Amino acid sequence: MRTITYSEAIREAMSQIMRHNPDVFIMGEDIGVYGGAFGLTNGMIEEFGAERVRITPISEAAITGCATGAAMTGMRPILEIQFSDFVMIAADNLVNQAAKMRYMFGGKAKVPMVVRLPGGSGAGFAAQHSQSLEAWMTHIPGLKVVQPSNAYDAKGLMIAAINDDNPVLFYEHKLLYNETGEVPREEYEIPLGKAHVKRTGSDVTIVATGIMVKKAMEAAEELEKDGILAEIIDPRTLVPLDQEVIINSVKKTGRVLVVHEAVKRGGYGAEIASMIAESDAFDYLDAPIKRLGGVETPIPYNPGLEQKAVPQVQDMLQECRKIVME
Amino acid sequence: MTELTPQKLKAMLRNMLLIRRFEETLKKLYQQGKIHGTMHLCIGQEATATGACAALTIEDKITSTHRGHGHCIAKGADVKRMMAELLAKETGYCKGKGGSMHIADLEIGNLGANGIVAAGLPLGTGAALTSKMKKLGYVVLCFFGDGASNEGAFHESLNLASIWKLPVIFFCENNLYAMSGSVKEMVNIKHISERGTAYGIPGITINGNDLIEVVKTTEAAVARARSGGGPTLIEAQTYRWEGHSRSDARKYRTRAEEKEWKMDRDPIVLFKNQLTRNKTMSEDEFGQLNDEVNQLMVEAVTFAEQSHHPDLNALTEDVFA
Ligand SMILES: Cc1ncc(C[n+]2csc(CCOP(=O)(O)OP(=O)(O)O)c2C)c(N)n1
Repeated sequence: MRTITYSEAIREAMSQIMRHNPDVFIMGEDIGVYGGAFGLTNGMIEEFGAERVRITPISEAAITGCATGAAMTGMRPILEIQFSDFVMIAADNLVNQAAKMRYMFGGKAKVPMVVRLPGGSGAGFAAQHSQSLEAWMTHIPGLKVVQPSNAYDAKGLMIAAINDDNPVLFYEHKLLYNETGEVPREEYEIPLGKAHVKRTGSDVTIVATGIMVKKAMEAAEELEKDGILAEIIDPRTLVPLDQEVIINSVKKTGRVLVVHEAVKRGGYGAEIASMIAESDAFDYLDAPIKRLGGVETPIPYNPGLEQKAVPQVQDMLQECRKIVME
Repeated sequence: MTELTPQKLKAMLRNMLLIRRFEETLKKLYQQGKIHGTMHLCIGQEATATGACAALTIEDKITSTHRGHGHCIAKGADVKRMMAELLAKETGYCKGKGGSMHIADLEIGNLGANGIVAAGLPLGTGAALTSKMKKLGYVVLCFFGDGASNEGAFHESLNLASIWKLPVIFFCENNLYAMSGSVKEMVNIKHISERGTAYGIPGITINGNDLIEVVKTTEAAVARARSGGGPTLIEAQTYRWEGHSRSDARKYRTRAEEKEWKMDRDPIVLFKNQLTRNKTMSEDEFGQLNDEVNQLMVEAVTFAEQSHHPDLNALTEDVFA
């Protein structure tokens, strides 16, 4: 199989569907010859033209509302928000409009749209361009939230998101864009709500999301040298969440670490931890459930501080060793 | 109106040079891998920042944008501390935590650069409300781009400032592009300044590369704001020579267009020629100014490079007051 980047995988997913489904189009700021802020839509305007690769003004509220309106009336828009931070300007459109349409109208409307949201820290963009706000969105009934951690998943999840009849928020991590992986050429779907067991192990379960999956895999290799076998689970979608796979793993290992980049307080890790505590896996726990998340501060510009603000491999090693020893 | 004495004229030329050299230095440092993250250069737009701020006093306030180095310098920021911030050092304006897009200097009326397009307009409108309610007498000037005028925040701020007659100047630096979006494609009117009409605000379009025109127009708007006349929308037409940020291949515009602006409409050359032609300043004096500014840059880089990175314990400092 050929190897492509996470960016290319997402672009390929969008392009392949656009070739046979005329309802699908993309919109966003600078997505034409510029290729989008991260080059993700490079070449798409040349192939699909300006009707289906719609360059918009800098008007996040308007373009999110516009995508919602288009989706309600028969199109399947894919909206690029340049940095996920800027979606806060469009909160009303997402939270009060897109998420509620179907329900409010007694099931009469459907809102098939994908909002692409480059998020995360590590690139020196500082506090207003580096946040991980996905947990906010998981609180809203009516929104699906996806967080691919590698190129293969990115393509399969994007195709599933486009084919889904609901608003789907697609959180991409800037530092993953150039990560490569084996990705099939053909279209394939990874169903929303299906977790992936990335690595099997018997001593501790690490539930990691987004870029933390990559770091957790590195940590697991280190741990193996100490004789600790970690099982790594990537939920891939936060809403809907694959509870079963997580619960079964915890029952097997009896220990669990939940890790994400977003600030720990009020983060999605809290949801996963209580989901485990409320399930029958509780009786199997040999140690308290642990969480690792971002420090409770905005993301700083300074590179040393920026690294320290979010969980690193070292933090996972420490935490896992503690959990297993206790 | 303040008199444009030879000193004032020379000070403004010096300020423009300082902005240009500061940014050229940044570009070099970035290429050397000494600056991480991103940054947005305002080379070519020195006259708007300099002219607009020259019409303000130290008590007056500005809000700036992601392309804010020129605004900060023109409002009187210390280039050493700015340089230190860009190198992420603890001696920087934001202790290394803010970087290029977040430089603020509240003591001299700079309410901050901003990474969110158009976010400075409501903030500036609020600062103007404070001035009015507490009778503080200062005015606020909000810098923003042509692209920012498509954000809801722009429209809502203009309306609010208009109905409350706030002492605020909305200063649009129309450099023809918002990232790759050409103003011709993103705005379906001839002049951004026409947008004032919808909110009962006078709008005026000027040549933003003509320093004196910028100063005079802003002074008139400041006078109007100070006397309780309310806001003004100024659209200054200019051009950014560089790409939007350091990663921009500039595929959305022609090299011929760039060349035309650089060769024929360089605000620094235009103003310098004006001053030497009417004998306000000699070539020698200009050379001296240049040397002085270059020397400042050397000092700023040395200061920044010799400064320390923040202690890792600083990570959680300043989250709350
Ligand atoms: C709300 C928001 N949307 C998008 C961006 C990304 N972005 C940063 S600057 C910029 C272009 C701004 O153009 P303009 O207002 O004309 O200012 P200029 O860059 O020309 O000085 C864009 C799209 C952002 N920072 N904030």
